[in-house]
Amino acid sequence: MKTSTQFYHSVYLDPKYCEGCINCIKRCPTRALRVRNGMARVISQYCIDCGECIRHCPHNAKKTRRKGLETLDQFKYKVALPPPELYSQFNNVRDTNLILTALKRIGFDDVFEVSGAAELVSEETRKYVKNNKDKWPIISTHCPSVTRLIRVRFPSLVEHLLPVRSPQDVAAELARQKAVRETGLPSEDIGIFFISPCPSKIANVVDPIGLEESQIDVGLAIKDIYPKLLAALKELDEDEVEDLAISGRIGVGWGISGGESAGLFTFDYLASDGIENVINVLEDLEDEKISNQLKFIEPTACSGGCVGGTLNVENPYIATSKNHYINKDMPISVACEEDYEADYKLDFAWETPIEYIPVYQLSESITESMAKMLEREEILEDLPKLDCGSCGAPTCKTFAEDVVRGFAKKKDCIYLMRNEYKELLKRSQLLNKKKAEDREKKIEEEKKEEQKLLAGQKLMKLKMPEE
Amino acid sequence: MENSVHLHYDVDGDDFTRAGEASSDVKHKLKKLNVPADAIRRIAIAMYEGEINMVVHANGGVIDVYIYADKLTMILNDVGPGIQDVSLAIQEGWSTASPEVRELGFGAGMGLPNMKRSSDEMNIETEVGVGTKITMTVYY
Repeated sequence: MKTSTQFYHSVYLDPKYCEGCINCIKRCPTRALRVRNGMARVISQYCIDCGECIRHCPHNAKKTRRKGLETLDQFKYKVALPPPELYSQFNNVRDTNLILTALKRIGFDDVFEVSGAAELVSEETRKYVKNNKDKWPIISTHCPSVTRLIRVRFPSLVEHLLPVRSPQDVAAELARQKAVRETGLPSEDIGIFFISPCPSKIANVVDPIGLEESQIDVGLAIKDIYPKLLAALKELDEDEVEDLAISGRIGVGWGISGGESAGLFTFDYLASDGIENVINVLEDLEDEKISNQLKFIEPTACSGGCVGGTLNVENPYIATSKNHYINKDMPISVACEEDYEADYKLDFAWETPIEYIPVYQLSESITESMAKMLEREEILEDLPKLDCGSCGAPTCKTFAEDVVRGFAKKKDCIYLMRNEYKELLKRSQLLNKKKAEDREKKIEEEKKEEQKLLAGQKLMKLKMPEE
Repeated sequence: MENSVHLHYDVDGDDFTRAGEASSDVKHKLKKLNVPADAIRRIAIAMYEGEINMVVHANGGVIDVYIYADKLTMILNDVGPGIQDVSLAIQEGWSTASPEVRELGFGAGMGLPNMKRSSDEMNIETEVGVGTKITMTVYY
């Protein structure tokens, strides 16, 4: 059973390579990372699997937990769900059917384009936007990292989230129905494999947004299947290429930032890519600084959109240009021309609603939290505000908060420790000085005593006649 | 003051792109305290509008925020031109913002009405040529 703050994470640390430097802790957008005992550690409830730490670790210690193609053998019938980003990893792709056929050559029995499901999701989204003017702007939930960020940090935006399943979840459901229908096999013998551009979507397989359980069995990484796929592509003859594509410009466009919005046929949208940019937009949205003439917001955690995910092979900006190249001669939408309702049971709505989870609260009650906040300010006053990271926290402010939350001790601050040491040194020097002074005084007094004694003896000698 | 958190902000009148920093800081702090989400939203709006007014009309000022277990009170103080006619100013659409500021999308005349709408109690003390003091309370 999932507890509300037990989030599953696919981003993990390989301790063998971690040098305990401060690069990842500084770049994490949610300040979820700390260095303790020379090792990077994550505060689970703050992590959104955005992959920034993976991008910035100079030692390649941050990785994505995932399975590989060996899992294909666990199923009798295997279906691949290629995302539109996959097509942009290769050169000179004029026909996506090339890649789809090559997937069948590397072990899959069938393919179901995520971009096909994307077109159905776009249609559903157009309806939802039209019927929910009071919730404008509607926020895309396609990027699981953004949705996870909103649910812990932007409570007033939760009602603006688009409560529609993501294309990969819709594709998984439809692919499964299709496979069962075509093979007659029971559902557990069918393996649905999503080929992911990022750790976030792989985590979403285990802990899906809006669903009880994901219909995806395994999340594979684009870069793991790329070598095999490339080899298969090279072997493929033109006449061997099968007709497997089910999507057009709208679906394939989902792979880049702005693509999802393009499927809404409006200019009243905002597409923001890169997690820091997304955070700025969400902050402004929350403060009602963004016009509610905007109908839709498309935030993606990765620069460039899903082509910018850490499991891609191609540079995101080159991949974007390739996406345009692939798209330009395609029809607007293919999936919407088909009658999916005839062959499939379609369900686009979320099964479970997203609720605000207040992970940032300092304590259980407001009075306790207020006391902790005051304590934090007091501690912060003593800190140097250098944000040096030596304590393992990204900023002094975060460190002060860690202390009141019980994650750290004040003495972990090297600057404070240095001052304490200086203090001790000064005191010990003073003590030694005093000891030396006391000794000198004692010597002086002893001398005086001796002189008195000698003077007394002389006097005695004068008074006493010689024997 | 009984168990409360007092926050003080000096609002810079010269850089209007920074207007909103104080209300943003308060909002972040409130998320760490267990203040309900809707109250945070109303506080952020009321304070932001007051802060913008302070920069746009009064060349800055000071804001003091007092956070209690059941309410938040903010006092916005400036030595600006003062409000000539409060009953007019509080009308939706009425604005005395300069043309430059209106160019940028501000000056829609919704500031004071928004502040009144978002807060539970609002009190305006003002004198032309002296300054303005606005006190707002939001209960939660």
